[in-house]
Amino acid sequence: MQIEQARVLKHAQFSGDYRLLTLEAPVISALVEPGQFLHVRVPRLEQSVLRRPFSIYEAGSGQLGILYKQVGRGTEALARVVEGETLNLIGPLGNGFPLPEPGTLPVLVAGGYGVAPLRLLASRLKDKGILFVGGRTAADILCVQDFEAMGWPVQVATEDGSSGMKGWVTSVLDPWLDAHPGEMMTFYACGPDGMLKAIGERAVRHESIAWLSLDKHMGCGVGACLACVQKIRLPDGEEVLERVCREGPVFEAREIVWK
Amino acid sequence: MTNTRQHDSRPDMTVNLAGIRMKNPVMVASGTFGYGPEYADLVDLNRLGAFVVKGIRMQPCPGNEVPRMVEVRGGLVNAIGLQGPGVKKFITGYLPFLRAYDVPVIVNIWGQTEDEYGEVAAHLDGVPGIAGLELNISCPNVRHGGIAFGTDPQVAGRLIAGVRRRTRLPIIPKLSPNVPDIGMFARMAEESGADAVSLINTIPAMVVDVATRRPVLANKIGGLSGPAIHPVAVRLVWEAAKAVKIPVIGMGGIMEPEDALEFLIVGASAVAVGTANFTDPSTALRVVDGIEKYLVVHHMRDLRQVIGSVQV
Repeated sequence: MQIEQARVLKHAQFSGDYRLLTLEAPVISALVEPGQFLHVRVPRLEQSVLRRPFSIYEAGSGQLGILYKQVGRGTEALARVVEGETLNLIGPLGNGFPLPEPGTLPVLVAGGYGVAPLRLLASRLKDKGILFVGGRTAADILCVQDFEAMGWPVQVATEDGSSGMKGWVTSVLDPWLDAHPGEMMTFYACGPDGMLKAIGERAVRHESIAWLSLDKHMGCGVGACLACVQKIRLPDGEEVLERVCREGPVFEAREIVWK
Repeated sequence: MTNTRQHDSRPDMTVNLAGIRMKNPVMVASGTFGYGPEYADLVDLNRLGAFVVKGIRMQPCPGNEVPRMVEVRGGLVNAIGLQGPGVKKFITGYLPFLRAYDVPVIVNIWGQTEDEYGEVAAHLDGVPGIAGLELNISCPNVRHGGIAFGTDPQVAGRLIAGVRRRTRLPIIPKLSPNVPDIGMFARMAEESGADAVSLINTIPAMVVDVATRRPVLANKIGGLSGPAIHPVAVRLVWEAAKAVKIPVIGMGGIMEPEDALEFLIVGASAVAVGTANFTDPSTALRVVDGIEKYLVVHHMRDLRQVIGSVQV
């Protein structure tokens, strides 16, 4: 965990409403593992006391990439950041995705911009896997070209049917799972809670491990304030509250006690 | 020679707060810095005046449901609900980390009954590595304890006197801003055996989501902290400091050194940085440097020259 002043190298539209912020942050970028996150002090976010957490889309060569969409005050202010100015970052934070079980196929499942940390994961994995990505419309389906360029097959579902299969991401995942009954796999997922829960259920059914990256409202980002807790089931059956920012954001599906 | 002279010209920033010897007057407030490891990679804990750990009661406490925190203009509203490991686990599992540092540790304690405060105090009495106890009689986020004990002067006085009998450690009741006469509460604390008082705790508050018409926090209400409450806190610290002879610790919305200096000028002997730690973990250290610089610029050789120097 480091604190670093990062210079904005590039800030541009990624696709549709999504933007990619590229930062020069040699200290933090060298430490990043896929699935970890950054806590960003957004400049000119008036009367704000909290940083904003972002997952990491790319890390390397002294640079960090944040893929985001304007969803609130924080991201609206972030969108006004210009090339050349500096941002204060704390990172990398949390625990990233563990490596796949030996001999298993990495099965990545993303909802919307939840694909960002999975893209970084895929770029670091030795073995190719498969990506399932879902979103509301075609505009919410990101990074397909990135994965295809790495030689990964990609299957897409959208709620309005404007790209790929009409429906949730499970509508493309389930038939594929049915067609690969004997396949040994490790699931990785990032997206809304409902999707994560669904992936966890499938992992249990297929007796596979599923690493799920949770998104919770955070305060400090380092484990001090206890705002972002999640109920977790320990191996001995005891249920405890763990900090998504510190013990997470990645948990194994069986650990998570959903509401 | 040059080094020596520079050293000599540095103002005396030390504070002896009811026997707690601090390098400087700047603490980190309970619940905003965890138990030590959380910020240790980012901040030199040895440079803090004191470290106030998150509230502890006898038993482990799960805290409230999420959402527990929401940002508002000029601050945040939290309803964490004093999640904590309980006093025994705190002593064995949490306190050892901070003992490796040269910083006084003040343990914030609470209970669901008046008697539980005394029980926790008795458990911590004589434990090496504890410099003092802050009594949380002002948390707005727990159903039993906290603010319920801190807004009735009779109950608060009885509770403080009860803790006094069960520990030799300095005891520092943390006062609620939600009272009509803070001076009266501060005096009550002093007369009941408190060694210092700290204030203010958060201000009870509520945030509603207009789309769903539901309270944003699962606990419905929470406590407001951050720069929005700073002027309220300065007024209350001023009134409390006028009312008592024991030291007052000022807190509430410190973001910059000037905010801390306001507390010192109206009579606080020390200050605590809370919410601003989330904004910038180095705030407390910036405040230390800023206070020292202020003393130098104003040709003051000793922090005590600024404490209570308000011109009214």
